[in-house]
Amino acid sequence: MTIDSKSKQDLESRVQATVRFAGDSGDGMQLTGNQFTKTNAVYGNDLATLPDFPAEIRAPTGSLPGVSGFQISFSSNDIHTPGDNPDVLVAMNPAALKTNLTDLVDGGLLIVDADEFKPINLRKAGYAENPLEDGSLAAYQLVSVNITQNNERALEGLELNAKERFLSRNFYALGLILWLFNRPLETVERWATDKFSRNPIVLEANLRALRAGNAFAETTELIHQRYEVAPAEVAPGTYRHINGNEATALGLVAASQLADIPIFYASYPITPATDVLHELARHRNFGVKTMQAEDEMAAVCAAIGSSYAGSLGITGTSGPGLALKSEAINLALMTELPLVVLDIQRAGPSTGMPTKTEQSDLLQAMYGRNGDSPVIIIAPATPGECFEMAIEAVRFALAYMTPVIYLSDGYLANGSSPWLVPSIANFPPISNHYEEIVNDGDSAYDRDPDTLTRRWALPGQKDLEHRVGGIEKSFETGNINYEPGNHHKMTLARAQRVAGAVRDIPSQEVNGPEQGDLLVLGWGGTYGAITSAVAQAQLDGLSVASAHIRYLNPFPGNLEQIFSRYKQVLIPELNNGQLSVLIRAQYNVDAIPFGKISGQPFKIKEILGKINHVLGHSKSFKFDFEEE
Amino acid sequence: MANNIIKNNTADVLPSEDIPLLTRKDFVSDQEVRWCPGCGDYSILAQMQKMLPALRIPRENIVFVSGIGCSSRFPYYVESYGFHSIHGRAPAIATGVKAARPDLSVFVVTGDGDGLSIGGNHLLHILRRNLDVTIILFNNRIYGLTKGQYSPTSDIGKTTKSAPLGTIESPLDPVKLALAAGASFVARSVDRDTTHLESILYEAAKHKGTSFVEVYQNCNIFNDGAFAAFAEKDVSPEKMVYLEHGKPVRFGRQKEHGLRLSGFKPEVLENVSDDSELLVHDIYQESTALASILSTMDYPEYPVPVGIFRQVERETYEDQLDMQVVQARANQSADLQDLIAGQETWVVG
Repeated sequence: MTIDSKSKQDLESRVQATVRFAGDSGDGMQLTGNQFTKTNAVYGNDLATLPDFPAEIRAPTGSLPGVSGFQISFSSNDIHTPGDNPDVLVAMNPAALKTNLTDLVDGGLLIVDADEFKPINLRKAGYAENPLEDGSLAAYQLVSVNITQNNERALEGLELNAKERFLSRNFYALGLILWLFNRPLETVERWATDKFSRNPIVLEANLRALRAGNAFAETTELIHQRYEVAPAEVAPGTYRHINGNEATALGLVAASQLADIPIFYASYPITPATDVLHELARHRNFGVKTMQAEDEMAAVCAAIGSSYAGSLGITGTSGPGLALKSEAINLALMTELPLVVLDIQRAGPSTGMPTKTEQSDLLQAMYGRNGDSPVIIIAPATPGECFEMAIEAVRFALAYMTPVIYLSDGYLANGSSPWLVPSIANFPPISNHYEEIVNDGDSAYDRDPDTLTRRWALPGQKDLEHRVGGIEKSFETGNINYEPGNHHKMTLARAQRVAGAVRDIPSQEVNGPEQGDLLVLGWGGTYGAITSAVAQAQLDGLSVASAHIRYLNPFPGNLEQIFSRYKQVLIPELNNGQLSVLIRAQYNVDAIPFGKISGQPFKIKEILGKINHVLGHSKSFKFDFEEE
Repeated sequence: MANNIIKNNTADVLPSEDIPLLTRKDFVSDQEVRWCPGCGDYSILAQMQKMLPALRIPRENIVFVSGIGCSSRFPYYVESYGFHSIHGRAPAIATGVKAARPDLSVFVVTGDGDGLSIGGNHLLHILRRNLDVTIILFNNRIYGLTKGQYSPTSDIGKTTKSAPLGTIESPLDPVKLALAAGASFVARSVDRDTTHLESILYEAAKHKGTSFVEVYQNCNIFNDGAFAAFAEKDVSPEKMVYLEHGKPVRFGRQKEHGLRLSGFKPEVLENVSDDSELLVHDIYQESTALASILSTMDYPEYPVPVGIFRQVERETYEDQLDMQVVQARANQSADLQDLIAGQETWVVG
């Protein structure tokens, strides 16, 4: 480890650090966080991030609901979550301090913009006294900096109005933090130079702010300690930064290429799914057609129409939209057409908390339609994994001519991590059920006897003219059929087709001992917290393993066998026990549900606490936010 | 591969002499027609099947999409590709079909409940987007399949099982709605006049852009005679006016009556011989003002207008979408590996 010779301060080596930037939603905290993330990524740390933005686009300036946060955890080891509690909190105003302080670790470093702690802002945040002066922050290392004033001075002589000068103070704070962690400025400088190439004054302002913050930290002795988080040992290769929604969209484009079928993506704007539409809309050069539909039903129906005509029909939404789409999903099921439905889950029910994460649409995806309506359900576990699971969604939809629901969530959608860029050449092509006519008697309802999937008969194919619809139809001919025996047969066939998809589902893997006292079973975006908690429990000598399910209907074929090897099964979920219901019903396993429904992801210590409780090492478990 | 059929079909398979001449029978499917005897739907089906060969489009390139309701059974009876979807959503499904495959000729068959009530939003938006789809809205001013409830086009005061004291809802006029949505082709016909209906269906199918045709259709079970006062053959010359482009608007058994504009109000001139006093119909006006004024004419104050109200050229949604793809491909490479790698990468090891 080299120590910067100019530095008067100590450089302490740490395995991991967690930093949270918090400010008004107009303060550019997401940008600041992203830039700090990139610098660390380029430096070689493993990392994970979590933005936490307010529901309001622009809540009143300085107000508590207007606080926007961005947390990053970076490490010289493997890392799976953005960290339970920040070691460093940057609070750009009193409201940001108020809403975030309780998460800061005891003795943590607290950097505030002292200039913003003026009476009007203190009042908005509900502080009777200035917390910087009343001793209430004694438990932390308070670094009070006149960020706004210092930044103003750095920008002197630039032709900028007051608002524009104020806007660059996030880069002052960023420069300070980069110094704190002994990081170079050049990654940020390169980005800014590119970003503001057409606006030299703004570029100059941002560069000056960044360097001023950095120099301030260097020359004052306000901060006594610097930290060094060495690069992690990660697999060699080319990396990029990616969040779940980007990875989902890119996975769909890749699937389109692997299937050699163009995408038609129709979607109605809804948080947190809209970014998938934004991303896909940029890729017309890959033949991607996108449509912003008039409503959720139109979006799914247009996707179905495009599938009927031979495109890859995909629609994306969140929980409320999935509810609106349910009738149409059944239409795709009945007409045996491929369809991918993305549900980027958020906290429900009803409008719920749109910007907060939850995994509470599992039972809706499974059962939220009229009639016996089996669909294939898959769920990515990490932001990067969204890429390959999106490809899987398309693969299954085309292989089984049936709707596939892809359950991501707000945490995966907006959270990001370094991602080893996969080589597309390593992915097998995706096949489908389109066939040229061979024999005279060929019909649109010719079925593969093994999978029970029908031919994808496309308009334009001569002699395959046929009618499809939502009315029950004959197993053999596809014509309308109300006979009791036929409906029984078709219902079972639809169930069998989906159940049979298990043949293409990889065996479930287990992290940890092959057998033991406890299996922690999870799905979706809780992967990082569960994996980290179970790894810690194992270090603590507990007999615990974890398994994370990516395929929720059907389940992997070996799941039942796995259950038999553990004395107990614990299922942490960001809902009130939905996977538990399915596991209990299907396997008759007395699984222990462990639900967190706060709109926030699991903390590692919460799952660890519950594991200890289940194994009898602690008397009780409660979340911090639960009343005693 | 499925992609071949998608990619090889460029927009608009033009009518070609090479395509074997089809007949009405070629468009009759093997499915038993299950409308009530005497239903106006039979006439619309027959005129459609008579008209389709004239388009000189291969049968396999034609797709009929419908929603739910009596009218929506239509696709089963036409020997082509057909999609009997869910209630109200036919315009949205058709949008997906046409946007994905501009080479296909797409028809939507809907009704006053399907198209204006549960699916009103989708109808509005397909008209606004202007996909090259032909929409036939069967207006019988009643819910037939669910056995006789009032619809969004039922006359105010109509008594039905769901409104035993009479409806208190003002009806929608489909033509006015289509004009307001900026539809590029708006027409009306009536099941009783087979010749007129067939010609309007033909013009609608030929029009490039969303064509909207309202057909007054008699439900002889639940709303018999809803249009009899003006649509039956014995009264229609006096009570309906056939709009024709470029011609003075005239009606009557000898075309002896005419119509002129008095400000924004249509005015009937009885026994008028001089054409110069009369309003000359112009379907190609960009402004919807004239068509809108004509659409306000209704029984019994006025003769009921049928024919084409408006027909203008507008770029279609699917052509513009395809053009964006073409232009994007011309301007940007499409290397998937580059796309996945993104703008900023770093190398480890």
